[in-house]
Amino acid sequence: MIPAFVPLKILRYGFRKKYPAERFIPKQQDLKKSYDVVIIGGGGHALACAYYLAKTHGITNVCILERGYLAGGNTARNTAIIRSNYLTPEGVRFYEQSLNLYRDFSQELDFNILYSERGHFTLAHTDAAVRTSRWRAEVNKQLGVDSELIYPDEIAKLCPHLNMSDHVRYPIMGALYHPPGSIARHDAVAWAYARGAAKHGVEIHQQTPVTGLIVENGTIKGVQTSRGTVYANRVMQAVAGNTSVVAKMAGFKLPIRTIPLQACVSVPLKPFLDQIIVSGSLHVYVSQSSRGELVMGGSTDPYGLYGTRSTLDFKEGLLGHMLELLPMLGEVKVMRQWAGMTDMTPDFSPVMGLTPVKNYYIDSGWGTWGFKATPVCGMTMAHTIANDSPHDLIKPFYLDRFVDYQQVGEKGAASVGH
Amino acid sequence: MKVMNCPLNGPRNISEFAWGGEVKPMPDPAGVSDKEWAEWLFLEANEAGIVREWWCHVPTSYWFIAERNNITDEIIKTYPATELFNTRVEFAAKAAEKK
Repeated sequence: MIPAFVPLKILRYGFRKKYPAERFIPKQQDLKKSYDVVIIGGGGHALACAYYLAKTHGITNVCILERGYLAGGNTARNTAIIRSNYLTPEGVRFYEQSLNLYRDFSQELDFNILYSERGHFTLAHTDAAVRTSRWRAEVNKQLGVDSELIYPDEIAKLCPHLNMSDHVRYPIMGALYHPPGSIARHDAVAWAYARGAAKHGVEIHQQTPVTGLIVENGTIKGVQTSRGTVYANRVMQAVAGNTSVVAKMAGFKLPIRTIPLQACVSVPLKPFLDQIIVSGSLHVYVSQSSRGELVMGGSTDPYGLYGTRSTLDFKEGLLGHMLELLPMLGEVKVMRQWAGMTDMTPDFSPVMGLTPVKNYYIDSGWGTWGFKATPVCGMTMAHTIANDSPHDLIKPFYLDRFVDYQQVGEKGAASVGH
Repeated sequence: MKVMNCPLNGPRNISEFAWGGEVKPMPDPAGVSDKEWAEWLFLEANEAGIVREWWCHVPTSYWFIAERNNITDEIIKTYPATELFNTRVEFAAKAAEKK
């Protein structure tokens, strides 16, 4: 039996001081004069790094400086796909560690990130793409990653909605199938790390842009902010999209171009698409979120820009190809569209670790592969800062690999032509 | 649709153009170290603001220079590359001088 006065009871419960609403991060205080570690940027990577600094390395005198609001940059602008079926062994090892951290994330941080294993299909429409898929599958298997090349009969069984017809411009010839491929709630990832870090005493300061860096004799001493100067023993920048602008303050150049990546979602639909479908040749990726929206992305913009405007070219290109894969979406409307600014590197791998400035660390080069790396970036950058030495997993991604001609050519990256 | 003014072909749809990246002086390939060559090849100023870049009109394979504001996405002006590069650069000779 349901009592008639339930709403009143709930109201009374809600107003009782005994059960205050949980505050994720404490109210903003004044900046201290100095910290052990200052992190420039308040996105997923920065928050994760602060969390692991405090939790794993016991460094809690940490301050995060964010120009806008928490996780309002690329953490809020990705398509939330998590996978580890990359091509280079360096990349596979790195992203596999991230995927493992994501699997236990909700338990470890006591925060539901709506982690959902969907199965990830990278469609191949040409002989060359089939060959690359086979190559990726073999590298993946060698490193213990669940990944295999499958052919149209099996694809049709696993993804009954896909248009497997031969009478399209690019018929589907095969797919790299990666069962652990997942999606998660991206904001929740940032909030969980923010709450976890704040619980350990990390200070998070929003609306506090960094306006300059204090470098003496090649060593970082502190940062200048809109709220005064803050001294620090160690400083990290994790500001993908604005990486070069901040690095310029530190006095070095990077192999990075800032290029927008656009994405959109459809109106919410009943759940029908369990899988994550990606096509490199058609420049399409699509998955259905837990809210029922189809989350869709294409390729990066054709030219560099420090802006997040949207273009008709992008929507025409993406949706034209989308209709070839899923023709029944013809009457479905696009509901929302956005863009993020990505750090594109020439080899499609990140730039992480030490910099020419002593005690100054960088987490950058996040082109179209940043969200899935959030936990492992936090973990490895925290290790790098705590020990002033790069973590084994990120050693191949060091900045000077370009002048050493030791690039990590990652042909498994999405949204880019290879 | 965005329109770019090609110095050779006049105003054309932006989809006809390919972005070539920053204009930066090329060092003498024979006279620089591997490190300096890599720095020229890979490192970018990647400035936010008004930038000077190489662009190519793909259907006619015509390379030229464009100045644009990469914050507001406005094309300020476009002109032939000869306005910047008006003398022949003799790389081999330079390298010989160093030796």
